[in-house]
Amino acid sequence: MAFATALKCRECGREYPTDPLNVCEFCFGPLEVKYDYEAISRSMSRDSIQNGPITMWRYEDLLPVDAANAVDLHTGFTPLIKATNLGRILGLDHLYIKNDAVNPTNSFKDRVVSVAATKAVEYEFKTLACASTGNLAGSVAAHAAKAGMSSYIFIPSDLERGKVVGAAIYGPTVVAIDGSYDDVNRLCSELADTYPWAFVNINMRPYYAEGSKTLGYEVAEQLGWQAPAHCVVPSASGSMFTKIWKGLNEFEDLGLIPKVNTHMHMTQAEGCSPIAAAYEAGTTRVRPVKPKTIAKSLAIGNPADGYYSLKVIEDSHGDATIVPEEEVVDGIQLLAENEGIFTETAGGVVISGLKRLVERGAIKRDEITVAYITGNGLKTIEAVEELVNPIHIEPTMAAFHEQIPNP
Amino acid sequence: MSKLRVTFTFVGVLVQEPVIWQLSQKFAVKTNIRRADVKDGLGWVTLELEGEEEVLQQGIEWVRSTGTEVELVTGDVIE
Repeated sequence: MAFATALKCRECGREYPTDPLNVCEFCFGPLEVKYDYEAISRSMSRDSIQNGPITMWRYEDLLPVDAANAVDLHTGFTPLIKATNLGRILGLDHLYIKNDAVNPTNSFKDRVVSVAATKAVEYEFKTLACASTGNLAGSVAAHAAKAGMSSYIFIPSDLERGKVVGAAIYGPTVVAIDGSYDDVNRLCSELADTYPWAFVNINMRPYYAEGSKTLGYEVAEQLGWQAPAHCVVPSASGSMFTKIWKGLNEFEDLGLIPKVNTHMHMTQAEGCSPIAAAYEAGTTRVRPVKPKTIAKSLAIGNPADGYYSLKVIEDSHGDATIVPEEEVVDGIQLLAENEGIFTETAGGVVISGLKRLVERGAIKRDEITVAYITGNGLKTIEAVEELVNPIHIEPTMAAFHEQIPNP
Repeated sequence: MSKLRVTFTFVGVLVQEPVIWQLSQKFAVKTNIRRADVKDGLGWVTLELEGEEEVLQQGIEWVRSTGTEVELVTGDVIE
């Protein structure tokens, strides 16, 4: 059963019923789900979790929907892999990779969309919608298909064909918009106000965002019921970064894990690093930027949770790292060649950011460190195409030996 | 009539300019302030704008022409 009791404004504290709302009508601050934690503590235990499904829905009591009706593609409880090879190279004895690239549509977005789609069904919406340049589009279209809903996917008209196909295959109405990112953002906000649609990251946003908490719960459970010393996380809007921290702290508050002493490390690519730039400037005011990065899934120039991410960095004694664009592919390659995991560009940002963190002494050899890999490399093939140079030969043994004398 | 919830950010000397008053003088746009702050040479104000859609867009373009940054309160929604 669901233990969500209200939506609460993160700025003025005003409370609202759990309706499809995303900002406070009074001060326009963002709304967040409030829970009855006392009731949850009576219902939830390590045993109850371990007896639950092997998906993100094992944490149903801490999600703002009724899990009995979950729109689920079998998302979550993704592998936490001990990265011994990469750890040896970087000088870390306890490095883990949270491989969220293996979710049903190959990114962590399935977690948030699964919650948003479930809530949309509860509200009896008939249509699921989003604006996306890739990962979110595929996940929304797939969940809509599973739920028997129609879906609208809004994309910039210059989006690569491969990414359009990755969403279109599930049967949504795909609308390509001519215009700048600003134009697409504005139109989608207006559409969300106009049509009775569940726009997953607009009117469903408070519920949608809660799905990312499961990335914190799973890591704590998979580490034997403890929080890691360090989380290294990619950030776009900053939402996932704040929710991993929230998830760990909820587990501590419920007595499921000991005290959380986790340092939250944000990583952003140089071409779109508004939150990390604010961190470096020592301010909590995030200045929007125009994204120009190969890490397209992190290209949010005006991050909705920028301020709250900076608060998490402060509260967790963490930091933010800006990864130069030319090091993004290096990170993808380092992970692939040492751990056999092919990540998209956001994962390259994480691995190169992790390397920088170790080099500057922010992470020590014996500390438990988790690097979050949130999307599959097949989504951003274009970023690494230049690395692929097969040897061409005639179909003869002689030709093979000529090219490769000592196989 | 359309409504738009936006945040204006003023950097440096723009903090001292009456941009919101000028907006409502130059265009048929109602301005309704909800939150604001000025700190470290940077000012921001979150407000609702109301007017005919075309006039609203003209007004926002004019605000941008002053060097003021204009963003939706929801942040970017393309993910």
